[in-house]
Amino acid sequence: MDVPAELEKEIDERITHYPVSKRSAVLPVLHALQHHFGYISEEAVEWTAAKLELQPIKVLEVVTFYPGFRQTAPGKYHIRVCRTLSCAMAGSAELMETLCEKAKIDRSGVTHHHPIAVSEDGQFSIEFAECLASCGFGPVCMVNDDFFEKVEDADALLDKYRD
Amino acid sequence: MSDEGKPAVEMVDVQIDGEWHSFPKGTRMIEACRIAGKEVPHYCYHPKLSSPGNCRMCLVEMGMPPRTAPGQDPPEKDESGHLPISWMPRPVIACANTVAPNMGIRTESDLTHACRQGVMELLLINHPLDCPICDQAGECRLQEFSVEHGNGDSRFRDNKVKKPKNVDVGPRVRLDDERCIMCSRCIRFTDEIADDPVLGFTERGSYTTLTVHPGQQLANNYSLNTVDICPVGALTSNDFRFQMRVWFLKETNTIDTNCATGANITVYSRQNEIYRITPRQNNEVNSDWMPDSHRLNFHWINSEARLTAPLVRENGSFKEVSWPDAISTTAERLRAYDGGDVAVIVSARMTNEELLMAKRLIALLGTDQVAAVPRAGEADGYLVSADRNPNMNGVKLVLGMDDPAAKLDAIKSGLSGGSVKALIVLQENLIDDAGFTAEELGKADFVLSTYPMANPTADASDVALPGACWAEKSGTMINVTGRLQRLNRAVDGPGLTLEPWEIVRDLIQALGGGNGIYSADDLFKQLVAEYPEFEGFTLSKVGELGVPLIETGETIPLIEREKERIAKGIVVG
Repeated sequence: MDVPAELEKEIDERITHYPVSKRSAVLPVLHALQHHFGYISEEAVEWTAAKLELQPIKVLEVVTFYPGFRQTAPGKYHIRVCRTLSCAMAGSAELMETLCEKAKIDRSGVTHHHPIAVSEDGQFSIEFAECLASCGFGPVCMVNDDFFEKVEDADALLDKYRD
Repeated sequence: MSDEGKPAVEMVDVQIDGEWHSFPKGTRMIEACRIAGKEVPHYCYHPKLSSPGNCRMCLVEMGMPPRTAPGQDPPEKDESGHLPISWMPRPVIACANTVAPNMGIRTESDLTHACRQGVMELLLINHPLDCPICDQAGECRLQEFSVEHGNGDSRFRDNKVKKPKNVDVGPRVRLDDERCIMCSRCIRFTDEIADDPVLGFTERGSYTTLTVHPGQQLANNYSLNTVDICPVGALTSNDFRFQMRVWFLKETNTIDTNCATGANITVYSRQNEIYRITPRQNNEVNSDWMPDSHRLNFHWINSEARLTAPLVRENGSFKEVSWPDAISTTAERLRAYDGGDVAVIVSARMTNEELLMAKRLIALLGTDQVAAVPRAGEADGYLVSADRNPNMNGVKLVLGMDDPAAKLDAIKSGLSGGSVKALIVLQENLIDDAGFTAEELGKADFVLSTYPMANPTADASDVALPGACWAEKSGTMINVTGRLQRLNRAVDGPGLTLEPWEIVRDLIQALGGGNGIYSADDLFKQLVAEYPEFEGFTLSKVGELGVPLIETGETIPLIEREKERIAKGIVVG
């Protein structure tokens, strides 16, 4: 894992926000690393631990607690489909199924511990997310940082990102 | 000890289940209840570790005097001088809260019973209930509290969560995550006591999993203590698992003899065989812990290499003989020498009582060629002492030697030079442990050795006698800090093995110095009569935890750190 100087500089700056205990910077550091690398690798856990003078297990505890931290590489475009009540009633399960079909993603290996499935070509990855805070306009989903409401046409959505 | 100069500890009155008690300010509620004779069930709380309060098993009902509104008269005190208590509607954890003046605690109310029942039900929801194949059965808190506070069956009808089983977390410790109740004692132990924080919880939530960090191992020399403090069968010892049901084991409280610390231990044996050793709490010696290296060093006691009968060399080969024959042969041979021709090697693994017998023998023989074999190692900064002999302080005191190893070289060269004609080696292996050679021993006219095992020194002896090892004898030893502690016999030695003091006594009698000693207790009385340091002590005063006997100026690092943590209020102690 090669942390670019610029990223490290940004991380160092974030750590200064927590003068009492470096340990408190673990979340911002992990967010910065995931933003850059797409996921938190074992190396990233150890890098963070060394950076914050913690034992690696203490960082791993945090990474595995938050579903927002990915431990495996996502596709180029990562789709999060809301499955909380309103969206579930509005058809998020069907949306997930269609998206997988259209993007050629096989979710048969998905478990609690491995929530993300990636398409064969690596373009798309998908996972269920909890409430994305637009309950009146379900089903909703996110593609990377873009937000979509009342998603009906999976193909049209994917087309926006197809190269 | 003097309490002068110490600030007086403020005492607070606390009502526990209707009765008023007085405790020092700062006492944890759970400890107050324990002192008052009320058991509060708990899993995560351990007096030597920080208190995260995460198991919720120690919930009790708590109350304080009602707060008065401004201008309102304070409530009246009852005849015992206490204010009325208004009970809080919600329970509190007893482990992480301290007592307060006029506090009330109910450990036996409907609310606390309901809490315990509820916590037990939740703890057992995903528990595999595999007690019949679990090593913890019989000493499992989950089993015990389930009987006392739990329900007959589970209302949970869904599938239990599956978690990793049979995980090698380290070379000596095995983990079953499904049995784990997430008390975090092991995590806190490795973090706070062993300074090797490799354990942690991942996947917190329904799937909380105790794990070592990938690529790391729970391999430190104190790892097996996590097995002791695990209240359930999640962490088990590779050495002990599946060997024996704990309820068949006889417990003997004794001390460890692998180093000068003299950790207090319990030996678990059945039918004369030792199955496991666990540390026994002594806050002046080993706290609640012991090193793995010491704990596991007992398998040789049951081994085939033990001497089981007195051996006398006849025409170049050993012959098994009876004790009277062995002793009379030895006495006959020894009579041929002047005191100056004889050298005696004693062992700092001998008890004070044995050393006293050795002293009598040395006086009878009239020799000053006496030495003990040192065992130097590295101190680990926790419990392992640099002195790997358990009783070098005893050698110094009982034999009156400042440097017990001083004459070792002289005896060695005396053997080569021929001035030492007869050599008596008590409970030592000179060839393997003191750098002597078989040739040197061969130059002596007569060599007597006593030892639990067959070894090169026994091979080079004319008479080799089976002397009991530490687990097979009773007596006292003086540890690195100068504390007098009792060694208690857990098992009988194999075959005709005798305790070393018996061998030396018989030899003294055969040499004509009768002394009428019939037990190791008699010897302790003689120590008391002859040494001012022992004055006033009896074996019952020494008790299970020992007593300070002499000042050595040495301390045990782990104990010193623990005292600091107690003073800071981090742990109860």
